[in-house]
Amino acid sequence: MDEQAVHRAVARMARELVEQNEGPGNLALLGIQRRGVQITDLIRSEIERAEGVSVPMGSLDITLYRDDLMAIGPRPVVGATVLPEGGVDEKAVVIVDDVLFTGRTVRAALDELMDFGRPARVSLCVLVDRGEREFPIQPNVVGKIMTVLSGQAVEVSVPDHDGRWGVDIVPHSSEAEG
Amino acid sequence: MNQPRLYLGKDLVGLESLSAEQILTILDTAEPFKEISERRIKKVPVLRGKTIVNLFFEASTRTRVSFEFAEKRLSADTVNISSSGSSVVKGETLVDTARNLEAMRIDMVVIRHGSSGAAKFLAERIPSNVINAGDGSHEHPTQALLDMLTIRDHFARIEGLKVCLVGDILHSRVARSNIYGLLALGAEVAVCGPKTLLPLGTAELGVTVFSRIEEAIQWADVLNVLRLQLERMEAGFLPSLREYNQVWGVTRAKLEEAPNDLLILHPGPMNRGVEIDSDVADGPHAMILQQVTNGVAVRMAVLYLLAGGAPDTAEVAKEGVEV
Repeated sequence: MDEQAVHRAVARMARELVEQNEGPGNLALLGIQRRGVQITDLIRSEIERAEGVSVPMGSLDITLYRDDLMAIGPRPVVGATVLPEGGVDEKAVVIVDDVLFTGRTVRAALDELMDFGRPARVSLCVLVDRGEREFPIQPNVVGKIMTVLSGQAVEVSVPDHDGRWGVDIVPHSSEAEG
Repeated sequence: MNQPRLYLGKDLVGLESLSAEQILTILDTAEPFKEISERRIKKVPVLRGKTIVNLFFEASTRTRVSFEFAEKRLSADTVNISSSGSSVVKGETLVDTARNLEAMRIDMVVIRHGSSGAAKFLAERIPSNVINAGDGSHEHPTQALLDMLTIRDHFARIEGLKVCLVGDILHSRVARSNIYGLLALGAEVAVCGPKTLLPLGTAELGVTVFSRIEEAIQWADVLNVLRLQLERMEAGFLPSLREYNQVWGVTRAKLEEAPNDLLILHPGPMNRGVEIDSDVADGPHAMILQQVTNGVAVRMAVLYLLAGGAPDTAEVAKEGVEV
């Protein structure tokens, strides 16, 4: 996916989110660090453009909720967790990430979210669903479904980290996916 | 997100052996942990199932409680042991105490001990991670780390800053850890205190020695005022506390001569009216309570980084993980 394709997909995802949640009024977006946060930003400006409403957003770093920390050792850089303005209680919270793969990141994000309050509902929005789930977790809104061979990985590029928007299938690299 | 982990080693005995990069890793890791203590539910599950023993052979409120909060906020199970009320009073040796604890399957030991070198001694003899919470007059690494975090919060850097440690340098493990850590990070360090309370050979560490506090105040960006460790002084170090306060005490009047506003740190507990006056301790430039807040975050970072397992796991981390 090139930049234009990402923007088109995100515009549609924003519309679907608003539709599924009966308008943007009760929405709160929560991006998973790091690339999910930039996608959340883009979704938020799409909603603002279409609906004229500025939706509260926050970020979630799930490092401390992972199930494999003791197996792989801690990551030195833990990102910031910032709640959306107004918190998550009674909100229609949308968890946003770049790639949905095994579902473990989302499991961790749900656990962390529950420690912050009691949302009215939680939905999941991802730019890419690459399948091969290890947990019973399904997205509500998907940008693109991709089939990936073993030995390959999906790499999502965002301007803040990679200088551009894009989604590519690459040989398996050190970059982790969600 | 997947940077290779900078391995700290099994234990944190002191800052002397750490590189600038390792120290910065701890400080950077402490940043996100600050926010956890501001949450409504002040707990993350990262150390769930780990058992940590706080082995305190010396009196301590701040450090012990700070470690305990850090452990509990990371979901570890903790046990506190103090020398009074333990088998230590029956004559059990340090190693025997630790081995018996290990036999109950623990993962980490936080130790505070009156003898210099106790933490290293223990670290070499048990497989659990050992964290030094102060050993004699050797080092108190987590205190220096929280001091540096507080300085960095204020100035957004450490390199190039002028930090002066004031007072009882001789008995101070806080001073030693600060000197090693600050020099590693490129700060200029000075000490200032009465000759009887300066250890021999301080200048060889690469620190400036001021013999008058007025000179230190003219020079420094930060004053770290140390506690006069009256319990470690048998005799002859000082003529009187009143004289000490007049000559070496940090007072409002002395600070008014400073060319710029100085940041004032104190590791606590304070002897008000001796090494620091109340109007300075409660003044706008004192970071003393900020230090205490940062202490919990720094200790969470150290526990988190040490709990990660063996060095070879760093290699696995480099390979990347699919989650």
